[in-house]
Amino acid sequence: MEQTVEYAHATGVLSGIWLLVAIPLVSAAILLLLGKRADAWGHWLGVLSVAASFVLGLIFFISLAGLEEGERTAQQSLWDFITVGNLHVDFGLLFDPLSGVFVLLITGVGSLIHIYAVGYMEHDPGRRKFFGYFNLFVAAMLLLVLGNNYVMLYFGWEGVGLASYLLISFWYTRPSAATAGKKAFLMNRVGDAGLAIGIFMLFAYLGTTQYDAVFSSVGGLSSTVVLVLGILLLLGAAGKSGQFPLQAWLPDAMEGPTPVSALIHAATMVTAGVYLIARSNPIFSANHTLQVIVVSVGALTLLMGCIIGAAKDDIKRVLAWSTVSQIGYMFVGVGLGGGAYALAIIHLLAHGFFKANMFLGAGSVMHGMHDQVDIRRFGGLRKYMKWTWLTFATGWLAIIGIPPLSGYFSKEPIIAAAFERGDWTSWLFGMAALLGAGLTAFYMTRLFVLTFHGPERYTEDNKHPHESPYIMTVPLMILALGSIVAGGLMVLTDVPHWLEPVLGPEVEHEAVLSHTLITVLSLVVTVLGAGLAWAMFRNGTALEPQPAGVVVTAARRNLYTDAFNEAVFERPGIYLTRALVYLDSKGIDGLVNGIAAGVGGSSGRLRRLQTGFVRSYALSMLTGAVLVVGAFLAIQLGWLA
Amino acid sequence: MGDLKLPAIDYGALAPMLILFGVACAGVLAEVLVPRRSRNAVQLALAFLGIAAAFIAVIVFVQNGSRGVTIGGAVAVDGPTLFLQGALLVLGAVSLMLIGERSLERGGTFVSQAAITVGSQKDVKQAGDQPGLTEVYPLTMFALGGMLLFVSANDLLTMFVALEVFSLPLYLLCALARRRRLLSQEAALKYFLLGSYASAFFLFGVALIYGFSGGISLAQVHEAVVNPQNSQVLLYAGLALLAIGLLFKAALAPFHVWTPDVYQGAPTPITALMAACTKVAAFGALLRILYVAFDGVRWDFQPVLGTVAVLTMLVGAVLAVTQTDMKRLLAYSSIANAGYLLVGVLALNPEGLSSTMFYLVAYGFSVLAAFGIVTLVRDADGEATHLSRWAGLGRKSPLFAATFTFILLAFAGIPLTSGFTSKFAVFGAAVEGGQTWLVIFGVITSMLIAFPYLRVVVMLWLSEPGESTPTVSIPGFMTSAALAIGVLATLALGVVPAPLIDLTRDAAQFVR
Repeated sequence: MEQTVEYAHATGVLSGIWLLVAIPLVSAAILLLLGKRADAWGHWLGVLSVAASFVLGLIFFISLAGLEEGERTAQQSLWDFITVGNLHVDFGLLFDPLSGVFVLLITGVGSLIHIYAVGYMEHDPGRRKFFGYFNLFVAAMLLLVLGNNYVMLYFGWEGVGLASYLLISFWYTRPSAATAGKKAFLMNRVGDAGLAIGIFMLFAYLGTTQYDAVFSSVGGLSSTVVLVLGILLLLGAAGKSGQFPLQAWLPDAMEGPTPVSALIHAATMVTAGVYLIARSNPIFSANHTLQVIVVSVGALTLLMGCIIGAAKDDIKRVLAWSTVSQIGYMFVGVGLGGGAYALAIIHLLAHGFFKANMFLGAGSVMHGMHDQVDIRRFGGLRKYMKWTWLTFATGWLAIIGIPPLSGYFSKEPIIAAAFERGDWTSWLFGMAALLGAGLTAFYMTRLFVLTFHGPERYTEDNKHPHESPYIMTVPLMILALGSIVAGGLMVLTDVPHWLEPVLGPEVEHEAVLSHTLITVLSLVVTVLGAGLAWAMFRNGTALEPQPAGVVVTAARRNLYTDAFNEAVFERPGIYLTRALVYLDSKGIDGLVNGIAAGVGGSSGRLRRLQTGFVRSYALSMLTGAVLVVGAFLAIQLGWLA
Repeated sequence: MGDLKLPAIDYGALAPMLILFGVACAGVLAEVLVPRRSRNAVQLALAFLGIAAAFIAVIVFVQNGSRGVTIGGAVAVDGPTLFLQGALLVLGAVSLMLIGERSLERGGTFVSQAAITVGSQKDVKQAGDQPGLTEVYPLTMFALGGMLLFVSANDLLTMFVALEVFSLPLYLLCALARRRRLLSQEAALKYFLLGSYASAFFLFGVALIYGFSGGISLAQVHEAVVNPQNSQVLLYAGLALLAIGLLFKAALAPFHVWTPDVYQGAPTPITALMAACTKVAAFGALLRILYVAFDGVRWDFQPVLGTVAVLTMLVGAVLAVTQTDMKRLLAYSSIANAGYLLVGVLALNPEGLSSTMFYLVAYGFSVLAAFGIVTLVRDADGEATHLSRWAGLGRKSPLFAATFTFILLAFAGIPLTSGFTSKFAVFGAAVEGGQTWLVIFGVITSMLIAFPYLRVVVMLWLSEPGESTPTVSIPGFMTSAALAIGVLATLALGVVPAPLIDLTRDAAQFVR
């Protein structure tokens, strides 16, 4: 499969695309460097910079649309970045239909969430710093989607990871927030390592990391190389997007302030993995096995997310697991390939709206309920928070896929596409996606009903819930509008066609079930799931956890994935550390007490001052010397080489 | 006896070293001749002038364009020599700014009379406000001169002499801390004992290589390696022993054990000098030995030294996680960085040479800034290096916390800092050199080591300052200048690394 990819040079208005990244970056620098002097107006600068990027993005988007079809790309090389041997990396940007829609999502939803955060963080002494980090995140995210090569993407990738880590740990006084920040960081590093090695692999095999050159020459690679490369990129994508097996950090990341959860851990950053795969579609489409792996990861994660989400009682965690699950749908989409790439992107955009809407809604509920997050302690909030209730309802109906809200137009086509693979796997993935739709309806309805309907089950100090101020509810209303119309609008304006130059044309497959039947089926399971949840939780729920069967217990414990991670990654890590500490400090007094330290452990370690004996150091050097000399002699005698 | 023929001597090539050694000797004289009051200023001026003159000598030699060996093949003046000498002089000048700082505490960082017994009456008296030793300047000049010779030495004996010339002053300098003198003296003694031990390995290696090749110049060794006349056992054992001597100086596992103790105990400006300049010198010599003399057996030493690199990266990265003292954390970080440097060296291609040189310079600037900041965080007992003491410093001194954060992000390899570009360059070179396995370990460990750095960042900014949080002293002019240079270089080499990379590429050609 040889294809040539060429990007046009940015001209005219489009030569200003670097401003998109520069504006929030400068704002972040000002906010973080000026310190307390910027406390009074800092948050408005933060809002303004993202809004300015949005307006600019809109202008660029419109001028891109004004170009001839097929020439809708604008590439810009800002400066020569680095040259190593034959590898030449530019500091370059690319604005094309795919990055265009991402820019609009990031800056559009980002602006709304920034405005909301002005209200939400009003009483927080660290508000200016918060907006500094927030702007930094937006700049990094824009760089991620605007880069014209994998190194630029990696820049953004690291930047958003850093901002995310800082923002999760923002409420450092909570130990859980610190732990969650660490977990997010470590799991993301696993993914980042995959991505970094993948990029070096591109360099080793193709000698370039520019998108156009890579995609033009990927056809010449052997299928094994493509498979390994794809798996490495997938590992990166899974880390960032909270997909199996790196999903555990995302729900814990909810320890951060709610606007962070909405922007970073729902609408934008976590979808970076989907962007990576969609952007790399020539690589992923080049290997069938690779695509099957991606779909399997997506399908498995979407079911896991639904099942665990149904057993959680923390409003933000339910939403977090639902994010994991919805991104699973997107992975199914990008894994299916062909026309489904565009479907995944549409679902990503629609999800950006309704998930941000619901997260901010959850924040609004918490704002009125003294930061209570336990849905067993809500109920009947409809009376007190009219706007929050109404806007949350649109998000709820959108995510479970009730027509004509946006989720219907974005999720249902993915389910249909899963049935269209044309072999037995159609049934496997199709049924998983269908089952997921039913489960989604169940847990989202449970969340909605327990929060806004049924009897009031408030704790003593929470007798008087109140609605949030307009600065918070107006963004909610706009996002609710988006949750209603975004999906339909994207179908009407034929977004798949818009994305076709990047993602390739639609490929017809034989469907195992007719499209109409799938639509009917998915609506039926949705109504069934929602109806069941409504019937079960209409009258509230027990305030204490009830003894439960095997499945529910497993779901409450995140399907034992944490236990698995601990056994497979954490313990070996700790043993490795202990072994190295032991080897490194052999003979040190008090060694036995000193080996309690582990990777990720933080406190209570023995303070090792200088107690090392020279003789033991000399011994260890001698051992090393014997080994090195021995290895050389072994080579000479032909034992090793 | 008979005709003793004098070899041709190119004084232009030797000028940088001669200037430094001359200035060092003049410094020793100044100790005697200049009155105590003005001694510090005179010594400091002398040292800066010496470095500047030596730097100009290097530039002049670069301009005149002649490359080759001189003084009977003992010294090679080629691209890497000139680049590394220039780098050593620039980094040395920045270190000197930290060493010369006298405003942070009365009398400076150095003890005023090192021979006084710790804890005695006299010691208590001198701890008060007596001015610090000014011998540190000539010692530093000797060390720098030795390093300059070390990276240009073209035969094994000259290399050994240079090794001792720059090591001995460093051993002494380590013992001269004003505070925590026992710790400092212990560090110096350890460094001295283990350093001598390593030197013995090196010298034994020289002997074996002489036995193998019948010569000590790198060109002769190269000849013999290509056309071996003697037992290869001599070659491999000799190479291994030579390598051990250099691995020790470069702080590569398992010969890194001295590093944390010495870095912690030595006066912080000296630690900075060692972390920046000793690293340049050690890797400069390692590059020359491996690329010039032993290129013929590259397939044999690559796996062994590759294992050393992997071990070093692992030890540095994993143990950095468990550190609770800032200087020890930076020591382990320096060990891990030595591992990345070795990855670049083992690429064994021109890119490997140029990217390693780039890395040395980039890392040197960052680490100087890092230790520069360590000198500023103080309480009544001097520097407060325990990690827990740094919590919440971002609240008290945002500017310094921001500076340190930036440096830590650079160490963590976050893009747009020199930490990213330099790692990228060495890993790229290693991929090109077919050492992908080293790159995989490099990427994984650099992901791992980012964790302790970012933990410090979070602690700086997102913790409440405690009762015992030390203050950040207002730095004097020289420390401020050193910090500014370090930070600006870290940023510039992260955003527009191309000019320096081009320079290293142009310089990446050894002569034999």
